[in-house]
Amino acid sequence: MTTALNFDPIRLPKECEDLRKEVRAFIKQEIAAGTWDPSAVGRDEAFNYDFSRKVGEKGWIGLTWPKKYGGHERTFLERYVVTEEFRVANAPTRVFFTADRQSGPTLLKYANEDIKMDILPRICRGECCFGIGMSEPGSGSDLFAASTKATKVDGGWLINGSKIWTSNAHRADYLIAIFRTSPPTRENRRHGLTSFLVDMKNTKGITCNPIIQLSGLHEFNEVVFEDAFMPDAHLLGEKDGAWKQATSELAYERSGPERFLETFQVMIELVRVLGEKPDARGAEGLGRLVAQLHTLRRMSVSVNGMLQAGKEPVVEGSVVKDLGTIWEQKLPHKVREIAAFVEPEDTANRVAFEEQLAFATTIAPKLTIQGGTTEVLRGIIAAGLGLRGR
Amino acid sequence: MSDSDSIVAETAARIFADLADPQTVNAAKDQAWKAPLWSALEENGLTLAWVPDDLGGTGASLADGFEVISVAGRFAAPVPVMETLLAGWLLTQGRIASPAGMMTLAPMRPKDRITLGGDGMLTGRARGIPFAGDAAHVAVLAHGPKGAVVALAETKSARIAETRGIAGNTVFELTFDKAKPLQVADAPAGFSQETLMLMGATVRSLASAGALAAILDISVRYAGERVAFEKTISKFQAVQHNLARLAGESAAASAVATSAADAISSAVTLAAPGIYLEAASARIRTAEAATEGSAIAHQVHGAIGYTKEHILHRYTQRLLTWRDDFGNESQWAVDLGTKVAAAGADELWPLVASR
Ligand SMILES: Cc1cc2nc3c(=O)[nH]c(=O)nc-3n(C[C@H](O)[C@H](O)[C@H](O)COP(=O)(O)OP(=O)(O)OC[C@H]3O[C@@H](n4cnc5c(N)ncnc54)[C@H](O)[C@@H]3O)c2cc1C
Repeated sequence: MTTALNFDPIRLPKECEDLRKEVRAFIKQEIAAGTWDPSAVGRDEAFNYDFSRKVGEKGWIGLTWPKKYGGHERTFLERYVVTEEFRVANAPTRVFFTADRQSGPTLLKYANEDIKMDILPRICRGECCFGIGMSEPGSGSDLFAASTKATKVDGGWLINGSKIWTSNAHRADYLIAIFRTSPPTRENRRHGLTSFLVDMKNTKGITCNPIIQLSGLHEFNEVVFEDAFMPDAHLLGEKDGAWKQATSELAYERSGPERFLETFQVMIELVRVLGEKPDARGAEGLGRLVAQLHTLRRMSVSVNGMLQAGKEPVVEGSVVKDLGTIWEQKLPHKVREIAAFVEPEDTANRVAFEEQLAFATTIAPKLTIQGGTTEVLRGIIAAGLGLRGR
Repeated sequence: MSDSDSIVAETAARIFADLADPQTVNAAKDQAWKAPLWSALEENGLTLAWVPDDLGGTGASLADGFEVISVAGRFAAPVPVMETLLAGWLLTQGRIASPAGMMTLAPMRPKDRITLGGDGMLTGRARGIPFAGDAAHVAVLAHGPKGAVVALAETKSARIAETRGIAGNTVFELTFDKAKPLQVADAPAGFSQETLMLMGATVRSLASAGALAAILDISVRYAGERVAFEKTISKFQAVQHNLARLAGESAAASAVATSAADAISSAVTLAAPGIYLEAASARIRTAEAATEGSAIAHQVHGAIGYTKEHILHRYTQRLLTWRDDFGNESQWAVDLGTKVAAAGADELWPLVASR
């Protein structure tokens, strides 16, 4: 018996590499057409509906979902390839990213047929943006302290309270949010929260207040609910049982390439700045980063192989996110040190490098907070080691 | 490559568990455990798994041999099973038959150089060679007048000096001073000292991943037993998080090493594209994990882990020493970084994504 985790050396099959070629060709063509500039930083064009519709037409949203709902019944590994190529190219995927990664799969599992037939095809066409309403002013890591209340009324529920840090809420068509439908019980403090589909465009009583991040970007918001009405059909899954539904979502959310590639542009610029023949110091720094990146990617591909095999690799996903986010967070700092002795006149690429470095340094703090903090992840891993309850 | 998939791995694990239980070996007053352990490994064909039948081995697959190495790492193998496997593999490159018994190999550092003179004699120095006191034979990669050669020599044909490994364990320095090898053959075209370093680095990476898995087990178990402030230390969040970090280092090491071994097992040649990235990364990342992981495991154990009596050091000393074999992580990183830089920024992502 061993407590160590197993990451089988999954290889991407040929269809993935064929798909990768198609995706790269598409990206190249779109960049050439000026749809976005892969080296631009700190911009809000990530919400690009023209682009997301084109991606939808290509059939690259909802890749793994049933055809009946607009999906393509392809594999998680194919989805992995599309995700990583878009991420590395800095493609403006914000419209569909969250819906494709986690909201769609949640709807597939818990929404009724009418909702699935209505919303999923729109997601697949790149027309429908989702956000996630979990955190509240009094509830972050401690998700089960959420207090925004759902009160039963005829035909549905009235919501009162507020969500915070809600990414995309200012653009989103829908949120998937958790609200309190019952108090927690003495035996189970996680009891009493219920998942709902929130129609952001057609519901009275919802106000979205922007919150500007220290980077200057507007990505997240405060969302205030005042007697906002949710029809019964929008209750997802089991009343009071949102905690049971959260786990499988986490495996999707935590193991993807976006969990170590958010600052990757700065590494590309580092290679440019170092030039073709770096000294030993530069070469060693770069070599270590490449080895670490390769390791993370092999782990992440392996977890996606587990998802494809129908497993729920929650602990493995948490390990990837813990190691991956710490790596991408440290990356700009390491890159800065590695490049310290490279003189500006050595290279024409210094400006681009410094821009990427400043941006990556600015966004670095959030990487180990969003989607579950380092400490929360280590708690999950410790539970996986049998050191504590989940 | 999970344990249950492979009969070879099961056999190896059974032999080590029966005959080389780390606790027993650590407490033993003499070396009486050594001969039965070695014969069991040898009789089951594990030590020459990478040598074909006609050259005296059992002709198992590369993948099977790698399984044995994982297990050897997990048990901090106190006999030269990995070295003999590698030595047999090296001799096979020159189609030299492998002798029975323990072997070691040289060189194990990228910059150590052994030459074969026109007179057919070996000259040169190899540092950090383990088990030179036990192994009757040494497989040598030497630079001959016309290129790389593989040689089989008696270990005693070299001058053997006992030295301390970085973690305090014994390793040897072998000096060949016009030593006469038993046999010599040309290495295949394209086979060089780098090729040996690449294979050796992958072997040590896999063994390191095995040893990291073991110290994770040992540390988790200990944390559940040791009581401080009226509870088991496993209840302290700081300890839990240390163990979670150790689990992460162990997972990273295992993922990258298993991947490299798998890449080599399914490649036609070690010069195939991508093998270099896999092996170099495995060496670099497992060595980093060894540094981090050993420190965490010791921290969790407190003073007891710092004793001869406790088995922890059997793993951590090997982990730290193995970092230096077949190129240390800094040397590999310089080499990998140099190659990546030469290929240029636009090739960075395609390289990573190609695996
Ligand atoms: C860029 C960004 C985007 C986000 N987008 C969304 C979104 O779309 N939807 C959404 O719902 N939320 C979103 N979040 C919120 C995010 O999920 C929370 O920030 C996160 O869960 C942490 O909660 P908190 O900020 O309240 O910190 P807290 O929970 O207050 O934590 C503060 C510190 O205490 C530590 N801590 C807390 N509890 C423990 C414990 N038990 N043991 C040890 N340490 C502990 C934490 O690890 C952290 O270091 C986003 C956050 C960011 C930064």
